[in-house]
Amino acid sequence: MVTVGTIIYEPGNSTNKTGSWRVFKPIMDKDKCVMCENCFIFCPEGCIKEKDGKFEIDYDYCKGCLICVNECPVKAISSIREEK
Amino acid sequence: MSKVKIITGTSAAAEAARLCDVDVISAYPITPQTTCVEKLAEFVANGELDAEFIKVESEHSAISACIGASATGARTFTATSSQGLALMHEVLFIASGMRLPIVMMNANRALSAPINIWNDQQDSISQRDTGWIQIYAADNQETLDSIIQAFKIAENEKVLLPVMVNLDGFILTHTVEPVELPDEEEVRDFVGIYEPKHAYLDPDRPITQGPVGVPSCYMESKYNVQNAMNNAEKVIMDVNEEFAKKFGRKYGNGLIETYNIENAETVLVAMGSVCGTIKEVIDDLKQEGKEYGLLRIRTYRPLPINHIREALKNTKNIAILDKDITFGMNKGAVYIDLAGFLKDKKTTNYIVGLGGRDIRQDDIKEIMKHAEKAEDGETKWMGLKEQ
Repeated sequence: MVTVGTIIYEPGNSTNKTGSWRVFKPIMDKDKCVMCENCFIFCPEGCIKEKDGKFEIDYDYCKGCLICVNECPVKAISSIREEK
Repeated sequence: MSKVKIITGTSAAAEAARLCDVDVISAYPITPQTTCVEKLAEFVANGELDAEFIKVESEHSAISACIGASATGARTFTATSSQGLALMHEVLFIASGMRLPIVMMNANRALSAPINIWNDQQDSISQRDTGWIQIYAADNQETLDSIIQAFKIAENEKVLLPVMVNLDGFILTHTVEPVELPDEEEVRDFVGIYEPKHAYLDPDRPITQGPVGVPSCYMESKYNVQNAMNNAEKVIMDVNEEFAKKFGRKYGNGLIETYNIENAETVLVAMGSVCGTIKEVIDDLKQEGKEYGLLRIRTYRPLPINHIREALKNTKNIAILDKDITFGMNKGAVYIDLAGFLKDKKTTNYIVGLGGRDIRQDDIKEIMKHAEKAEDGETKWMGLKEQ
């Protein structure tokens, strides 16, 4: 059944955990982090989340673009090659 | 309280949008539509209308902004004309495909080249296949009334299609006529509040609008638009009736309007303001004992084929006037749309009033005479100068 206006009411892409696309993986050093929010603001996928006063990365959806690594002013985020 | 104002067609359109309490307006100025959006901008600036006025750099952006606004569930209005409507072309399909009940006022104006700001209907007729409902108003009062009706038609759950209300450039847009402005409360009561069940912006209920339609669903989505068009026919008639009950004015059955058709062997078929001239000629000739009729197509999409056939069942000669031309066929689009369905009748086609060429009473009389004698399928360009 095609809906009126072909609108999709069930989540489609978000049920598919796109973190599996990653080639590089950002690693956050929570001790170095100064909570400047740069990574939170720049992450195009909304994968930087605040938990208990610290930022953490949602690896279920992080595609490894490493923009956060580039934007972190205190180099609290490093990157490694994803091993599968 | 309703009140009568002496206003132009564009002002009537702006007043209608204000009365319907639109939420978002996005439009780009173009002659002869400009005065409509100027008026709306004034309403918003003066606080007479609580709406968001989105300024844009082109008509392509205007209609795109309207789609974004309508997709959030806002009541959305735009206005354009001619080249502006042509620039909107690809986005018009998106509005109907996403089933967004946007209402547009289009000032019918010729397309370039040569550059021409005057009236014909080539602009909107060129958009007939975009999935928009098209209504052609014959005067300024009908422009106002049609825009009010348009929101009610567009937002009907059985329809959910965008509506284009067309009025002839300059002939209506820049001519003042007495127009009755209905009471604001009554209009808002009539159109109701738009509460979309299909397309909305709600962070708690996220949805995807305008996704890819792969071959396995694309045809169904277009078939749904056709079904909505089929439903629109009855909805337009019902809204016309309901409007008549509330405000005391009606336009034929909403789809077509007939004039002296039952007495006449020869009937002219036309759209828009020229119908006023035709009625005058019919009245004049009636006094001389000659009977002619008029069938005005008010709703061009959906095209009410069955109603037109029924109305013309006893007619001998059908003269179809077109303010547009399909090059390479030497016919107008209205003729091409109708001729196949009226193949048991004698139909003739008249290309009239392109680029603002006056259509005089004598031209109408000439068409009537020609239609009686002409062969089936003839095309005549009216008022063409000897070259």
